Amino acid sequence: MHMLEVKNIHKSYCKVEILKGVSFTMEKGETKVIIGPSGTGKSTLLRCINQLSPPDKGEVWLDGEEVTNPKTNINKIREKIGFVFQDFNLFNHLSALRNISIGLEKVKGIEKEEARKRALEELHRVGLDAQAQQYPAQLSGGQKQRVGIARALAMDPDIILFDEPTSALDPELIGDVLDVMKSLAGKVAMLVVTHEMGFARNVADEIIFMEGGVIVEQGPPKEMFTNAKLARTREFLGRIGALYGEEETGG
Amino acid sequence: MGLETIVTSLPRLLDGLRVTIGLTVFAVCLGTILGLLLALGRSYGKRALSLFINLYEKIFRGIPLLVIIFIIYFGPSQIGFNLDPFSAAILSLGLRSAAYQAQIFRGSIESIPEGQISASYSLGMTKIKAIRYVILPQVLRLSIPGWSNEFTILLKDTSIAISIGVIELMRQGRYIYVREPDLALAIFLLIAFIYFLLVITTNKSLSYLEKKYRMAGYQTEAHR
Repeated sequence: MHMLEVKNIHKSYCKVEILKGVSFTMEKGETKVIIGPSGTGKSTLLRCINQLSPPDKGEVWLDGEEVTNPKTNINKIREKIGFVFQDFNLFNHLSALRNISIGLEKVKGIEKEEARKRALEELHRVGLDAQAQQYPAQLSGGQKQRVGIARALAMDPDIILFDEPTSALDPELIGDVLDVMKSLAGKVAMLVVTHEMGFARNVADEIIFMEGGVIVEQGPPKEMFTNAKLARTREFLGRIGALYGEEETGG
Repeated sequence: MGLETIVTSLPRLLDGLRVTIGLTVFAVCLGTILGLLLALGRSYGKRALSLFINLYEKIFRGIPLLVIIFIIYFGPSQIGFNLDPFSAAILSLGLRSAAYQAQIFRGSIESIPEGQISASYSLGMTKIKAIRYVILPQVLRLSIPGWSNEFTILLKDTSIAISIGVIELMRQGRYIYVREPDLALAIFLLIAFIYFLLVITTNKSLSYLEKKYRMAGYQTEAHR
């Protein structure tokens, strides 16, 4: 049994089919990176997995439970699926610390003091001990995103979905966020939509290339970067490589 | 004689003030609780509910307060159900204020980015929890300025309760000047001053609240 199994996902918005049958699987602790041109449905796919936008057709299974089944308690499942947003979506009225502890308290029912302690540990993990009491509007983009990651991590999920986590950041802030993500590799499964080819090449166990609502090609980074089977994949990787650079931290 | 009458009439006016404050407090509570429910219902409820609430808001914002008070006070008595003037005034002020407050709260709800709800859901929160812990605290903070305004209007509008015989500030003043018509202007000015003081002090405390609960980094330029 795979930890995550995505089967033949279809999703349309306003009669335009965005996802046209996407299937793949993920194992415990695995890191997969989804790449592909804009408007290909990468973000939609992530939102289908945790049912923020339920798919029209197809199934998602996590740990042997059918996520897409209307009878499944989706809130319980979402505790196991962390989500990191492109524009952070931190809770504006809460400090960095409370952003992390609120899920522990109100969803997991952990006592306030214990939740606080665990939130502090997560902040330490992403290198933001000093920012615990600051509010989102007082943090830089990179700090916000690290709080976003800490918030997801605190729930102790099986997998974290990253929806272009560095796309809204200034280039000099991207590195810190990618470093945090790298440090998680192997500890928690990560499914990452990104244009950071350095991260894809160095951290991913597998790269999934999507275009036009389907998976065009997938494979280990080495193979994909040096020896992709399809001309289209090679062309895209070449172009994106030139655009975003391929050094360790991307930008 | 004049000054003396005014001094001796002060306790009367303060009695009236107490009733005015009572009307305000009860009506504002009714208006806020109902207004919040209406706003949430309109933003998160099913379509039918949302249409119904829209109609409610239109009706109560479209009728003069005096007419609402008369309907609510005299209407039920025609079918044998008597409402005392104090309750009728509270009900009228509260129901009308709810319609206005719903607008204030809905404006705040709509100004909160969609991502706040998505993020709440992604942590495993139910819709109720997301509203309770993420949306509502932000909505209330954002609503304080508009709400203060509505509070002030409601406080002053309690004076219309004189029309159905509630013995509030205006009515107590009337008791005095019908006996001493020469003092009418002085009494009116005194009443005006009492209202003014009340409005100024409550507004001061509300703007203190606004500052205290302001979301860091969300103040507008004017506040800095």
